[in-house]
Amino acid sequence: MDLELIITSFPKLLSATLVTLKLLSASLFFGLFLGLFFAILRLNKNKLISGFAYGYSYVFRGTPLLVQIFIIYFGLGQIEYLRTTFLWVILKEPYWCAIIAFSLNTGAYTSEILRSAFETIKPGIIEAGRSLGLNKIFIFTKIQIPIAIKQSLPAYGNEIILMLKGTSLASTVTLLDITGVAKFIISTTFRPIEVFIVAGSIYLFITFLVHNLIKYLEKKYRYQ
Amino acid sequence: MDLISFGDNGWGDELFIATLMTIAVAITAMLIGFLFALIFTPLKLSKYKILNLIANFYTTVVRGVPELLVIYLFFFGGSGAIMYVAQIFGYYDYIEINAFLTGAISIGIISGAYSTEVFRGAIQSIDKGQFEACHVLGLKKYIYFFKVIMPQMLRLAIPNLSNVWQITLKDTSLISVTGLVEIMRQSYIAAGSTRDPLFFYSFAALLYLMLTYLSMKLINRLERNYSRGY
Repeated sequence: MDLELIITSFPKLLSATLVTLKLLSASLFFGLFLGLFFAILRLNKNKLISGFAYGYSYVFRGTPLLVQIFIIYFGLGQIEYLRTTFLWVILKEPYWCAIIAFSLNTGAYTSEILRSAFETIKPGIIEAGRSLGLNKIFIFTKIQIPIAIKQSLPAYGNEIILMLKGTSLASTVTLLDITGVAKFIISTTFRPIEVFIVAGSIYLFITFLVHNLIKYLEKKYRYQ
Repeated sequence: MDLISFGDNGWGDELFIATLMTIAVAITAMLIGFLFALIFTPLKLSKYKILNLIANFYTTVVRGVPELLVIYLFFFGGSGAIMYVAQIFGYYDYIEINAFLTGAISIGIISGAYSTEVFRGAIQSIDKGQFEACHVLGLKKYIYFFKVIMPQMLRLAIPNLSNVWQITLKDTSLISVTGLVEIMRQSYIAAGSTRDPLFFYSFAALLYLMLTYLSMKLINRLERNYSRGY
């Protein structure tokens, strides 16, 4: 065990944590909107619309995240037309490609979580709202969404942790997040165990924080 | 379409073999995972706090750390660890472990952590009366486990195990970083030499989708079989 390496690699990995957290928060932010959007589409009565939303979540949940990143980072750049549009500014940056892939991925899982949360809302609650003469949008934003959020908190907490682990794939498209830096240190020092301990502890610490945050929120928003 | 034709000009046969490799790694990893679950589930359910602690450490660390990091640990550290052990026995040559084994073991350890949680949950949700009844009937320990607890446990565990299988199958794509030629690695090679990454990665996605779809179908049949007589 090389204690010195543990001490010297800690600050390097800690600064990489910032990249990981940025990737995580950006993709969760976009993913939440995507998830909500597709969950609403899934509940649509039109077969075509709900089928489209189902297809989206099926494809993104059925393929590895690594493939999704590679398609977006290596694949989309190949389309000549895209290179001429403003989108190229975004797509040539590995950072944004990773965020796009992560958002689409977590969006698919989030849409499933939210859909099942919406489906478990008792129809009586919505009917009560309707009989009070509330309009559809009001019922949706003030009744359905708050209940769905409470329902889906535990599952969403898991999704955050899965996404945290997913951000490690950003290292495959040259980004230096915790895993990227860890790999760099390992491949220069050939001391995998020490680096694994430091990097792993940082990930576990973030997981621990997320876990407790969700637990706290669950307690706070518990309803009878 | 020429790109995926079989033979010397296309990548069809290479991708087909790579798909078989992915399936082989996934199945091996899943079995290694079961082996780990077989060790750690009893530890989780044990009365002794220290054994619980060991099992909890395993499942928490493995499920809280990115898969890629675990793979790097084994990829860079695996041969070193084996060489260290070999040196104790007086063997000083360089030993390289095969990429297949490194991959299957690292994914297996991850898969095992998830399987352990599934089995623990399944056993815990079996009615307490079942255990007591076995005790009262004086059944031998292994009969009572294999004939009474196991069938009930499997029924409860299969739906969750199918999730573990899906995770394991998708995790195999990460082994491509070690150079094992499975779907992802083969697509990477093909994309590099034809300069057509969009096509090959999309095709890889399609192959994975096909694998998850087919295994879903298979597992559903298994599930029907095991939940009979409920």
